[in-house]
Amino acid sequence: MGLQALFFYIFAFVAVASALMVISAKNPVHSVLFLILTFFNAAGLFLLTGAEFLAMILLVVYVGAVAVLFLFVVMMLDVDFAELRSGVLKYAPVGFLVGVILAVELVVFVGGNIISPEAGKAITMPIPALTERTNTAALGDVLYSNYIYFFQLSGLVLLVAMIGAIVLTLRHRTHVRRQDIATQVARSPETAIEVVKVKPGQGI
Amino acid sequence: MTVETLLASLHLAVPELILAVGALALLMIGVFNGDKSAPTVTGLAVALLIASGLWLLIASPEGEAFGGAYLADPFARFMKVLALIGSIVAMIMTVGNARSEHLDRFEYPVLLLLATLGILLMISANDMISLYMSLELQSLALYVIAAINRDSLRSTEAGLKYFVLGALSSGMLLYGMSLVYGFTGNTGFDEIAKVLAGETRSLGVVIGLVFVLTGLCFKISAVPFHMWTPDVYEGAPTPVTAFLAAAPKIGAMAILVRVVSDAFQPVIADWQQIIVFISLASMLLGSFAAIGQKNIKRLMAYSSIGHMGYALVGLAAGNQSGVSGVIIYMTVYMVMTLGTFACIIAMRRKEGETVEGIDDLAGLSQTNPFMAVALTALMFSLAGIPPLAGFFGKYFVFLAAIEAKLYALAIIGILSSVVGAYYYLRVVKVMWFDEPKGEFDRVSTELRLVFGLSGLFVLAYLFFGGPVGTAAEAAAKSFF
Repeated sequence: MGLQALFFYIFAFVAVASALMVISAKNPVHSVLFLILTFFNAAGLFLLTGAEFLAMILLVVYVGAVAVLFLFVVMMLDVDFAELRSGVLKYAPVGFLVGVILAVELVVFVGGNIISPEAGKAITMPIPALTERTNTAALGDVLYSNYIYFFQLSGLVLLVAMIGAIVLTLRHRTHVRRQDIATQVARSPETAIEVVKVKPGQGI
Repeated sequence: MTVETLLASLHLAVPELILAVGALALLMIGVFNGDKSAPTVTGLAVALLIASGLWLLIASPEGEAFGGAYLADPFARFMKVLALIGSIVAMIMTVGNARSEHLDRFEYPVLLLLATLGILLMISANDMISLYMSLELQSLALYVIAAINRDSLRSTEAGLKYFVLGALSSGMLLYGMSLVYGFTGNTGFDEIAKVLAGETRSLGVVIGLVFVLTGLCFKISAVPFHMWTPDVYEGAPTPVTAFLAAAPKIGAMAILVRVVSDAFQPVIADWQQIIVFISLASMLLGSFAAIGQKNIKRLMAYSSIGHMGYALVGLAAGNQSGVSGVIIYMTVYMVMTLGTFACIIAMRRKEGETVEGIDDLAGLSQTNPFMAVALTALMFSLAGIPPLAGFFGKYFVFLAAIEAKLYALAIIGILSSVVGAYYYLRVVKVMWFDEPKGEFDRVSTELRLVFGLSGLFVLAYLFFGGPVGTAAEAAAKSFF
C-alpha cells in the first residue's frame, strides 16, 4: 500500500506542477512539452487505479496525436504569443470561475456516488471486477459482440470523414514549378547567360 | 450475441450490407483508376442501389436485429424503397451534367452511396445511438457533397453553412438524447416507450423531447430551423440540390415519424403541440417567403419548407390515417421534386451556361413544349390542384387532421396552400404567356425521361393512387 501511495503522490505532484508550467512557460513549445508530461502523469494515475485501457488511450490519442498536432500548430503558425499573453490577467476571473464550476461539479458527482451508491446499479453494462476481467478485455467483450453494429457504423462515419477531407482539400496543382534535376544539370552557358550591352547612365 | 443471432441480424440488414460493401469496393475501383473511372463508378453505384431496392422488395425482411438497434418493418421497407428511388434518380440526373457541374469525380457517387446508406440505416433505427450514428453518416456525406465543387465560392459557402448549422443541430439532438436517456434509463425506442407509459412523465423527458425534435426538424428543414435551406439549395450544384431535396428528407421524416409514434407515443400530448406549431409555421413561411423569389432553386427551397409543413399536419394528427397520409405525401413530394429538378437541371442555354432565374423560363411553351407541359403539370401538382397527385397528398393529411379534431391547423393549412398556389402559377404564367428570352440546349434523354415520367405520375395519379394508398396504409399499421 505504501508503494502505491508513494507513486500516487509522485504522479499527482508532477501532474499538477507541469500543468502549472503549461500556462506559465514563456516559450509555447515548452508549454506543449509540459502538456505532454502532464498527460504522461495522468496516464500513470489511471494505471494506479487499474484503468489500463484509459491510460493507454490517453497516451496514444492525446500524446500521440493531439499534443503533436499542437506542437505543429505552435511551430508552423506565426502566432504572436506575447500579444496573446498580454490579456491573461484580464481573463483570470473568468478562468477562475470556470475552474470553480468544474471543481463543484466534480465534488457533486463524486459525492453523489457516495451518498447514493445504488444510483450506479442501473447501468446496463456494469464493469466487471478487476480481479475477474481487465478493462480492455471487458470492453472487447461487449464492443465486438453487443455493440458491433454501432462499432461498424462509427467506422463508416470515420471513412466518410476521411473521404471528405481528401475530396475537399487534395489538389494536384498543374502550374507548380517542380525541381527538375536533369534540366538543371543540362544547362549550358548559352541557355543560362545573356550578354547585354549597357549604355552608361541608362540601365537595362 | 451468438453467431446465430449475428447471422440472423446480418440477414435482415442485407440491403444496407450491399450498399456498405459495395461503396468500399467502388472506392477501391476509383482510387486505383483515378477520376476517369467516374462514369463506371456511377453506373455501378446505380446498380448497387437497384440491387438493394430489389432485395427489399423481393425478400421483404422483417424483424429486429443487432439487439434491437435495427428494425425492419413494413414502414421501413416502404420508406427505404422511396429513398432508394430518390437516390437512383438523382444519380442518373448527374450523368449528363457531371462535367459542367464539376461533379466528374469518382468520390461523388461513392459519397452519394454512403449518404443513401445512412438514410436507410436511419429509417431502420430503433435506438437513440443508431439514430444518431446513421444521421451523422448521412449528414457528413451530404456536407461534403454540397461543397464538392470546391472552386465555386457559392458551393463552398453552401457546404460550410450546412456543416456549421448541421453540427449545431447534431449537438442539440445529442443533448436531448442524453436527457431522455438520463430520465428513462434506456436508449432503445421500445424501452423508452415502456418507461414513459409506466410512470407520470418528468419534466426532464419533455426537455429532452424538445431537443430531439429540434435536431430532427433541422434535418427536414421545418420552420424555425429552416434558415440553411435556401442558401444551401441555391449554392450547391443543381444535381446535388436535387438529391438533397428528395432522399434525405424522406429519411429524416421517416425517423421523425418513428421517434414520435414509437418512443414518445405515451407522451403524445407533449409532442403534438410542438408538431402542430412547427407545421403551422412551416406552411405559412413556405407560402409567404417564396413569393418574392426570383431564383428557381430558392423558390424550390421555400416550397420544400412548406411541403414539410403539410406532411407534418398528418403527423400532428397522431393516428394511423395521419401516418399513412405522411407516407403518401412524402411519396408524392419526392416525385414532384425530382421532376421539377430535372427541369431545372435542363435549364441550360445553347452557349453552355446554366441559368436559374424564373424569368429564364419565359416562353418555354414555344421553345420546348414537352418540357413546358411536364413542368406545368408538376407546378399544378405542387400547388395542390385536383385531380393531380399533390392534391391527394394534401387531401389525406388534412382529412387526418380533421379526424383528430385539429380544425384550426387544417383551415390555416388550406389557406396557406391557396397563397402558395400564387407562386407556382406564376412559373406557369411565365412559361406560357411571356415572350421567349432564348432557347435552351437540347435536353438529354435521361432528364426528359425523369420529368416525363414524374409528369405522367402526377397527371395520372388517379390510377396510381389506389396501390400507393394501400401500401401506405399497410406501412402505417407498423405503429398502431
